Amino acid sequence: MIGSDNSKPLLEVENLKVTFSTRRGLVEAVRGVSLSLQPGEMLGLVGESGSGKSVTGFAITHLLDKAGRIADGAIRFKGQDITRAGGADLRSLHGAAMSMIFQNPRAALNPIRTIGQQVADAILAHRRLSRQEAQAEALNLLKAVQIRDPERRMSAYPHELSGGMCQRVMIAIAISCSPQLLIADEPTTGLDVTTQKVVMDLLAKIAAERGMATILITHDLGLAARYCARVVVMEQGRLVEEAAPLTLFHRPQHPYTKRLVAASPTATSRIEDLVPDGDGIPLIEVTELPPPPHGTPLLLDVKNIVKRFDDGTIGVADFSMTMRGGESVGLVGESGSGKSTTSRMICRLLDPSEGEILFDGQSIGGIPARDFHRSELRKDIQIVFQDPNDSLNPRYTAFDCIAHPLYRLMNMRSGDTMRQRVEECAERVGLPRELLSRFPHQLSGGQKARVGIARAIACKPRLLVLDEPTAALDVSVQAVVLQLLNKLRREDNLAFLFVSHDLNVVRMMCDRTIVLRTGAIVEQGESRALFANPQTDYTRELVDAVPHIAPPMALQVCTV
Amino acid sequence: MGTIGATLLRAGRRFVSSLPALFGVLVFTFLLMRVLPGDPAVFFASGPNAGKEEIEVIRRQLGLDKPLPNQLVIYLTDVARGNLGRSMMTGQAVAKDLKERLPASLELTLTALLIALVSAVPLGVIAALRPGSLVDHGVRLFCSLGVCVPTFVSGLLLIYVFYYLFGLAPDPTGRIDIFASLPPQRTGFLIIDFLLAGDVEGWWAAARQLMLPAVTMALFVIAPLARITRASMLVSLGSDFVRTARSVGLSWWRIVVTYALRNAILPVITIAGIVFSTMLGANVLVEKVFSWPGVASYALDALLVSDYAPVQGFVLLMATIFVIVNLLVDVLYGIADPRATVA
Repeated sequence: MIGSDNSKPLLEVENLKVTFSTRRGLVEAVRGVSLSLQPGEMLGLVGESGSGKSVTGFAITHLLDKAGRIADGAIRFKGQDITRAGGADLRSLHGAAMSMIFQNPRAALNPIRTIGQQVADAILAHRRLSRQEAQAEALNLLKAVQIRDPERRMSAYPHELSGGMCQRVMIAIAISCSPQLLIADEPTTGLDVTTQKVVMDLLAKIAAERGMATILITHDLGLAARYCARVVVMEQGRLVEEAAPLTLFHRPQHPYTKRLVAASPTATSRIEDLVPDGDGIPLIEVTELPPPPHGTPLLLDVKNIVKRFDDGTIGVADFSMTMRGGESVGLVGESGSGKSTTSRMICRLLDPSEGEILFDGQSIGGIPARDFHRSELRKDIQIVFQDPNDSLNPRYTAFDCIAHPLYRLMNMRSGDTMRQRVEECAERVGLPRELLSRFPHQLSGGQKARVGIARAIACKPRLLVLDEPTAALDVSVQAVVLQLLNKLRREDNLAFLFVSHDLNVVRMMCDRTIVLRTGAIVEQGESRALFANPQTDYTRELVDAVPHIAPPMALQVCTV
Repeated sequence: MGTIGATLLRAGRRFVSSLPALFGVLVFTFLLMRVLPGDPAVFFASGPNAGKEEIEVIRRQLGLDKPLPNQLVIYLTDVARGNLGRSMMTGQAVAKDLKERLPASLELTLTALLIALVSAVPLGVIAALRPGSLVDHGVRLFCSLGVCVPTFVSGLLLIYVFYYLFGLAPDPTGRIDIFASLPPQRTGFLIIDFLLAGDVEGWWAAARQLMLPAVTMALFVIAPLARITRASMLVSLGSDFVRTARSVGLSWWRIVVTYALRNAILPVITIAGIVFSTMLGANVLVEKVFSWPGVASYALDALLVSDYAPVQGFVLLMATIFVIVNLLVDVLYGIADPRATVA
């Protein structure tokens, strides 16, 4: 640490304001943020989308889009004002003094340049070495970020590596010229929980070893709580609260922080707790339904289905499960575990290679996926897709989106009945009537998710397959959507097949959970019991990897 | 090494799969020529007052009295033997005519493509680096002019300015002064043959002759190439990996050329392949304006007198070149983009 003693902050941000010029005029993304960072400290910057947390990060490193501009305030790095730094100053700052790692690691790497070359490029940007020396140094860095078989990986391209591996390469690039400040912008969003843990542990270890100060920008409170000594919360471009994680999460002061903390699912939270004031959705108490009369066929009976892909790889091997009407079952596993493939086969968007699928006693596995839309049962099995943006037709209004299945599957013609039905569905999902005439791009993420759900329940299905329905949503929106789904399920006695990588969500939403790994069932059972006391190593690993906010007891220990 | 092998394998597979298309082109042009109005026998009879018998004799000589399927079979067998028929117009075998004229067309088109690429790619890059600036608008104006002025107009304009007004360019007729001594033919490309023969003066004469028509053609295709370079460069410059490159402080040149441009060049390769094929077939106007002895003007002359064989030969040649160019683009793509070999 050259020229800075420990009392002096490494980075000081004072009243930072960032504006973006858009077609609708200037938009203030950051409205007066002040923070400081000591050398070697790890600071969590937490907020939901649109809170300005990433913009703050990009403003500090001067990597804002062309449309963005630092309108006011000061950024001081080691006492030096870098607010208006440009050209050569910036080049010497970037990489050597401060660097960044990004969300979506695969896109952050040059697709047509080998890993080794890219790491070497970063080294050569600030050090006078020969190409060979830089390559050797790059190899050392790859070893430092624990890439297996680094010699061979040197000549690999990003598309040949997994997301987690790409993020390690990105870390290697970021630390190549030993910067004193690292800004990690959602570094593990989109990675599996287990990979997330490995990558974050690595990052924390490297930062500690090199005394590198780190700002972790994330939407995940649990992640910030696990790795950061201090957390600041942002909302709409402003800092609303700053504290040690445990204090913040167990004694939040600001109303926004309170809402955010409540909305974050933890190991013990219940659906009802997520939105403290109910947010307008009254939870109806439904009396336990009487058990179905004897001899009623199972709603879903999947027998030994197998999916082999054209190139011979096996996506799902010998999967069996059953579901009763109104039951909700979770399907969890890492990416590549076959959970999506399985759910697609069950909702008949993909044909199984072997095995049988019985719905309500009728065999549906034999109907080719592309003909299933003509089946009577199509309207009984409906799907809520992962991405609320891409799964809505951009040229359809919200009304059209919800009306489409009615038109296609129920043979309803446009008219008063149709209108009534659509409005009823919209009302049930809490979508204001005046939004029905809007197109998807005019709706927020949460509203689009509601349209997707309304569309799925329009035909009054009996089984709803939900493929990561809240993965793209902010926690507070997720909380509301989960409550909504839970309410709909109770009201209609809907059965849920809930596919998710978020174990906390599955535990809250599902009666039973099935854990998948490489296409086979590892473990299954009653959700609470399964997560409280996993029987297999794999499940235990999954459960442990979820970053939790420590229970309040820890707080008391800390404060004593 | 594995990637090159894979690329070649893929290229080979592509070639095999394009053979049916070539066959289709063969049959289609054959039928098309028969459907078009005009009777070759009438054209090639001795004169306007040739008698009915004389025309009949010619028709029988040409085999035009046979039923269409028979004619097709005869034609296909001949093509399979490498015999493209005889041109009534020049009296020579079509294969020989095409072989003589193809280098002229290729020389012109390749030079034009080279000029176009060398000017379009930098223009596109400059425009993309400062979108909305004066430079960007200047490039846009230049491109628009290039596309909307037809080649025969821009060709004549260039002749007027550089030959008539300033006298910088030579007489715009043909590939070389008719009295100049030709180098021994090796490649058929005059500027290469002159170089191989060590005749600098001859090379200069040929190059000067080539300049105006090549620039005329290039002007027409700079626009699509510059536009695609600009668009793809904009995407590339806005991409995450360029941001990464900036975040570690790489030099400007490295960011723009090694990171952004190398990625942006991929769609340009595809467009360049298409542009080349189009130019080769459509440069008949330029060939006519500059009296360039190329294949396109040859085919046009033949078409005007219902001389079937050269036209069919020309179309087959174009189709083959199209296939080869696509293969080449494929191979280039495989080398330029490591992801291509995986798919």
